Amino acid sequence: MASVGKIARRTFLIGAAAIAGGVAVGYYYYRKPFANPLEGDLAAGEATFNPYVKIGADNTITIVAPRAEMGQGISTTLAVMVAEELDVGLDQVKVEHGPASYAYYNAAILEEGGPFAFFDESRTAEAVRAGLGVVGKFLALQGTGGSASTRDGFNKMRQAGAAARQMLIAAAAQKLGIDAADLETANGSILHKASGKSLTYGEVAANAAAMPPPAEVRLKDKADWKLLGKPQKRIDMLAKVTGAPIFGIDVRLPDMLYGTVKMSPRFWSRPVGADLAKAEKMPGVIKIVPLETNYGHGFGIIAENTWAAFKAAEAIETQWAEPEYPPDSAAIAGVLKQALGAEGSAMRDNGDVAKAFADAPREKIIEADYAVPYLAHATMEPMNATARLKDGVLDIWCGNQAPTLVRQLCANVLGMEQDRVTVHTTFMGGGFGRRVEMDYALCAALMAKAAEGRPVKVTWTREEDMRHDAYRPAAVGKFRARLGDDGLPVAVDMTIASPSVIAGTLRRLFPSISPLGPDKTIVDGAYDQPYTIPNYRVSAIAAPVTIPVGSWRSVGSSINGFFHEGFLDEIAVAGKTDPVELRKTLMAAYPAAVAVVEKVAAMAKWSEALPAGKAKGMAFSLSFGSWVGEIVQVADTPAGIRIEKVWIAADVGTALDPGIIEAQLISAAIYGLSAAMGQEITFADGMVEQSNFHDFDAMRIFQCPAFEVAILENFHKMGGVGEIGTPPAAPALANAIFALTGKRIRTLPLSKAVAFA
Amino acid sequence: MRLTVDGQSFDIDADPEMPLLWALRDLIGKTGPKFGCGIAACGACTVHVDGQPVRSCSLPVGQATGAITTIEGIGAPGKLHPVQQAWLEEQVAQCGYCQAGQIMSAVALLDEVADPTDADIDNAMGGNLCRCGTYPKIRAAIKKAAALKTAGL
Repeated sequence: MASVGKIARRTFLIGAAAIAGGVAVGYYYYRKPFANPLEGDLAAGEATFNPYVKIGADNTITIVAPRAEMGQGISTTLAVMVAEELDVGLDQVKVEHGPASYAYYNAAILEEGGPFAFFDESRTAEAVRAGLGVVGKFLALQGTGGSASTRDGFNKMRQAGAAARQMLIAAAAQKLGIDAADLETANGSILHKASGKSLTYGEVAANAAAMPPPAEVRLKDKADWKLLGKPQKRIDMLAKVTGAPIFGIDVRLPDMLYGTVKMSPRFWSRPVGADLAKAEKMPGVIKIVPLETNYGHGFGIIAENTWAAFKAAEAIETQWAEPEYPPDSAAIAGVLKQALGAEGSAMRDNGDVAKAFADAPREKIIEADYAVPYLAHATMEPMNATARLKDGVLDIWCGNQAPTLVRQLCANVLGMEQDRVTVHTTFMGGGFGRRVEMDYALCAALMAKAAEGRPVKVTWTREEDMRHDAYRPAAVGKFRARLGDDGLPVAVDMTIASPSVIAGTLRRLFPSISPLGPDKTIVDGAYDQPYTIPNYRVSAIAAPVTIPVGSWRSVGSSINGFFHEGFLDEIAVAGKTDPVELRKTLMAAYPAAVAVVEKVAAMAKWSEALPAGKAKGMAFSLSFGSWVGEIVQVADTPAGIRIEKVWIAADVGTALDPGIIEAQLISAAIYGLSAAMGQEITFADGMVEQSNFHDFDAMRIFQCPAFEVAILENFHKMGGVGEIGTPPAAPALANAIFALTGKRIRTLPLSKAVAFA
Repeated sequence: MRLTVDGQSFDIDADPEMPLLWALRDLIGKTGPKFGCGIAACGACTVHVDGQPVRSCSLPVGQATGAITTIEGIGAPGKLHPVQQAWLEEQVAQCGYCQAGQIMSAVALLDEVADPTDADIDNAMGGNLCRCGTYPKIRAAIKKAAALKTAGL
């Protein structure tokens, strides 16, 4: 692994992103506590204890869960952290997302940004983690991503609940004239057992909140948890089964206008000779305005209803300037292939790989080329935002994964101060990394400027959404291994080339910052796996293609899970070792990894023979601090290959809600299988060729396999949950198809080589 | 133009070519049915017209002659439809955006087939896309709803 010296020489891009954020919010000094953003906006009789807890005189208890709820259940689990320590039931509390505030910065999101594998607990790695946690506060990014929300919230949200509870007890002790040590709490009340006296939290909330926060906060032992560690009823479920207006697209305001956008189908290109006359005259159309943001150029259509706006967008006639990047998929593939010939930055370099291959006998070497395509996020809810600019104040309503950034960038684009911008974060109809982006919010803000104080709800068509994403980048990889006489790999050399997600993100969010050094997301999921191979090199090369790329559920691991685990399967076949046994041997130094592989193999009865026409494949991936093994069983049917069953074993360190974790593992596996089976974004004439779910589909219910999930808690550090099921899904499926058909498919989607039922 | 939605009458002034979905969402204020694709490929907009499931994003409002039922018309907190109750008990939803459409398709299925097989479920629900991958729970909830309905709960 990299030493501090190497890091200093190379720098790494997450640092560049942090510096960029620091420029914007640098006046927030690291050690200074943030003000409680709830203080200015309390209801009558309501008191706030810290940024996470409000209690009303009527004992209404509100918990702020300041992370984006995009289906992963985070609003429930964060609320449970507070409720557990506050001694209240989940059914007794209201849960809100709360305002955009630096107080809600996510420290954990950057912690793994350094060039170290999760299992690397050397002093260097730990020092960088602590350093990046500080950067997290300095940057003060209120962000949801990196499967970091539970890890970030676990201590501070429990402490928030416990501190409030201690203050409530102290206030009750004062009021009753009873020693605090003789008081107990349960279900939102404080009891004195001996006298039978009791007070609700609400009755002492005002006094309690005025007290100084306790110097020392004591958290419950895990053994005493009543809510954490057990499956909870999600707080958002009732709203979601009754069609309640909880999404950005459901926002309705008095006097509201509607709109849509028509952005350049060639990224970054400007319109040439636009003719708006026909569109402007269409019924219901109010105004068409040019849009210019760091995301590109186009037009915003303001109308009396969404349909009128959609029709007018179709009627705009424009040419767009030529693209600045290779215009079609073949040309892009050429650039990626060429990039692969350059010397990469080795993010892992054990032993002496060059020497190990120099004297290798030809029959002991295996080589393979892998490739994956660009992918869209395709959230169910198309991009949308509602904005109102009135009396010098901008209000913006949207689902988003980074409220403080929405505030900052919307203020910038309108030339306003940030304190004149209020962000209202709604539930989101899917995120998967798409709602880290700011394009839909910026467009709505610019359109509000042209709406004379009226709010405008701007909804993208599915076609605009599909053709203006920050895509999962395409990637190519060159792999070779030298096998020993025992069939085990003596040397492995992996080189991966892909457009840089970090450089792409910086261009959109902080265009004044030039990216420095290699981007480790290119090799995440390949360089950081818990295998011991004497000569083991993994190199990254950033390919110069500027089609927008961004974070797609599991980011680099979504690519490298497929590459690394597919190639490991090839090593197993070539070396005549069993894929499960091979992994167990190579990961013997990491017992948590061995345990999940053994568990998933036992669940799937890996060693038992299957009838003809059925086969299994397995894969393992360590990502976002969690260790995941998956086995996929496929069957040959007259209609094509059917995915029959998927077994998943995941070690997440500490399982805070097994129900939600199981749902996320299945969700992420289906997300990965959907992409592996049939998804790709391709280009022609500088434009995305796909447009809607007919040509960019996902798994349907009739294709969905049965699932069996085991959640383990062996490792001593907590891992993430929302993304970890995705990386092993594609390789486990491809490996199963090899076992079934003998066909080794190294390029996704698999549907180019086989048919699925 | 007059529409009957969830048992209520609405007079609207709309281009008859406007899809029913946008008349419901923008003109009438029924935001339960969701916009997902606009081409009847994802099912998020599913409502019933005279009890039949239709993709409201692709049905011109001028042709929506019949009683329209949306997710907001089948039940409410406190008196949920058995399908909604089953969805709640099975904890089906993740992001939740497709679920109004999923539930409306499931309600129509159970009105047609009291005790659906897996194949019946595959056929009836294949047009409803879920990007969160809640399909295993959708299947379980439909079976539970069938049992709740049969028991008259």
